[in-house]
Amino acid sequence: MSELQTEMRQEHQPLLEVTDLRTHFRTERGLVRAVDGVSLTLERGKCLGIVGESGSGKTVLSRSLMGLLPSSNTVTSGSVKFEGKEILGLPSKQMRRLWGREMSMVFQNPMTSLNPLMKIGQQIAEPLNLHLDMSRADARATAERLLRDVRIPEAARRLDQYPHELSGGMRQRAMIAIALACGPTLLFADEPTTALDVTVQAQILQLIGEQRRDRNMSVVLVTHDLGVVAGHTDEIAVMYGGKLVEKAPTSVLFAHMKMPYTMSLMRSIPKLEDPSHTRLATIPGRPPDLVHPPKGCRFAPRCAYARDKCITEEPPLRQAEDPNHSYACWYPVGSPEFNQREAELNSGAVPVTLEAR
Amino acid sequence: MAGSGTAHLRDGDIVMRVENLVMEFPVGRTGLKVHAVSGISFDVVRGETLGLVGESGCGKSTTGKAMMQIPRPTSGSIKLDGLELTTLGNEELRSARTKMQMIFQDPISSLNPRRIVRDSVREPLDVWGRGSKAEREALVDRVLESVGIDPQRAAESRPHQFSGGQCQRISIARALVLDPTLIICDEPVSALDVSVQAQVINLLEDLKKQYGLTLIFIAHDLAVVKNISDRVAVMYLGKMCEISPSDDLYARPAHPYTRVLIDSIPVPDPSAVLADATTIGEPGSPVTPPSGCRFHPRCQFADDICKSAEPILQDIGNGHFVACHHPLEVPVSIQSR
Repeated sequence: MSELQTEMRQEHQPLLEVTDLRTHFRTERGLVRAVDGVSLTLERGKCLGIVGESGSGKTVLSRSLMGLLPSSNTVTSGSVKFEGKEILGLPSKQMRRLWGREMSMVFQNPMTSLNPLMKIGQQIAEPLNLHLDMSRADARATAERLLRDVRIPEAARRLDQYPHELSGGMRQRAMIAIALACGPTLLFADEPTTALDVTVQAQILQLIGEQRRDRNMSVVLVTHDLGVVAGHTDEIAVMYGGKLVEKAPTSVLFAHMKMPYTMSLMRSIPKLEDPSHTRLATIPGRPPDLVHPPKGCRFAPRCAYARDKCITEEPPLRQAEDPNHSYACWYPVGSPEFNQREAELNSGAVPVTLEAR
Repeated sequence: MAGSGTAHLRDGDIVMRVENLVMEFPVGRTGLKVHAVSGISFDVVRGETLGLVGESGCGKSTTGKAMMQIPRPTSGSIKLDGLELTTLGNEELRSARTKMQMIFQDPISSLNPRRIVRDSVREPLDVWGRGSKAEREALVDRVLESVGIDPQRAAESRPHQFSGGQCQRISIARALVLDPTLIICDEPVSALDVSVQAQVINLLEDLKKQYGLTLIFIAHDLAVVKNISDRVAVMYLGKMCEISPSDDLYARPAHPYTRVLIDSIPVPDPSAVLADATTIGEPGSPVTPPSGCRFHPRCQFADDICKSAEPILQDIGNGHFVACHHPLEVPVSIQSR
């Protein structure tokens, strides 16, 4: 295939195409709208960051895409197309053909997601046997190579060790080796570094990036930390209250963030260059109750820039100056109303750290 | 690094002074020992916040617990307001412990899931029989309000009905009711979202002023530690690398390990150049710690002396001390030559 044709195919058919996805859970309290109308696309070889607080729906979104939610109390609608084929609502028997070979997931806590009673080597060999019908000897050799790929020292010896014999960082590397075993085209990483030290976090993020380039794999990186996604993603989707509230290429988002929510998340990160005891900007309150979400903008009750319209009318996803940048806000960062409120906040008894950076 | 020495200890109104603390634990019946903490010293002045920072396994939590005498240290001296804790009898120790409290990493598992949270907060007062019943209830109300929890809701709810951030506030309230001098916070914000993390840090700063507290803040994220601390101690494999006023530590990190920690913090700026993380490696084993400077196997500046001799903390000016044979900043003793 010529380069042009390849390009055209990729242009017409993204790896993952999500349209108006809704995932609702039936509970005693009522319907929990955990994911409520999310649309996004992911190109081959790209890394998408999904950012939001606990309860924003980012984990449910990634599990819905992979079909990992229990069917008994879940109601899903919309469309999820993987390589052009609809996969939403496929029975797990058919999804199983995709799991491992086409898509796989790295979870947050490697200690609870690895089997404590199985040797590391067996755990990596399992998907190889299951999905690729590999023989035991081949699977073991492949497992050893995978451990070397994820930079685990003394790979051969580690094959016969149990998870508790490895450090936290090494367990997460082993998890990544399992996820990569069958050569997936799409890797979901759900808070892969939240349980780890900063030094190990830097190493794991770099490892995921290297593997993505080597394998031309797409990655969905789910996290609550904007610092983590900044250096490791091509595009970022910010979620709040089950909705996508801002989406842009990474460099565009950081240069021109539009949603006050994104900006507040950004400002709540402690910065090394600030002197100690700099008051941190916080987001007051809590994410909304998704059984009875607020009527207007879901962030309005916690937003310092909200006005009457925000409380009564839900803002649609609008396009910003950059055609790839969209946001859902009536009075985005930089609008006259926003600037006016910002000036009021700065002149009043508002912490100094709220000043625009 | 990873050195010893007491040159950095100060005079004055010291709340907590730890000298040559050693914590060792046997490894089963093998005769081997885990050298969790190997001779560290530090002090905390009244009203100060000391940050203890380092990777998992550097001994920072063990140090935090050692101050509470859980368990009692292998050797060394720990003084709270001048009172030597390591030799106290059980009953005296129990009453000394009311002056220091701990807050832990996982707020949900550090509260009893089957108890009404208000009862959990009141329990320390009941145990010590402080005041009348009405006085206790009034105090619990006040403390809960000061951490931003509705006392009414606390009187009818259990921990699972609160979010992680709220549970951490409740744990803080429980630590405050006995009016302690010192609070040891062991990774209090590591399990929280960034937005909630900022709330809890601000709350700790407010309470510190309001209640005249002295804090020891243990964490692995240097940006968080720097924000809340007046002074920061960097630990590695049971030894002290560097101790300094927090702004000075960031302005001129003198220990190569501190540099690694600073470079590892994810910066929310896509144009920032990422340091190559592959060379960082992982800490060695505390059972068989490396000779000389314990950081030498991971250090790009290490040479023969680092393998054989342990560095001692030396002054590099401005209350900043570093234990390294090849510090990134020039020691005072050489400056004056």
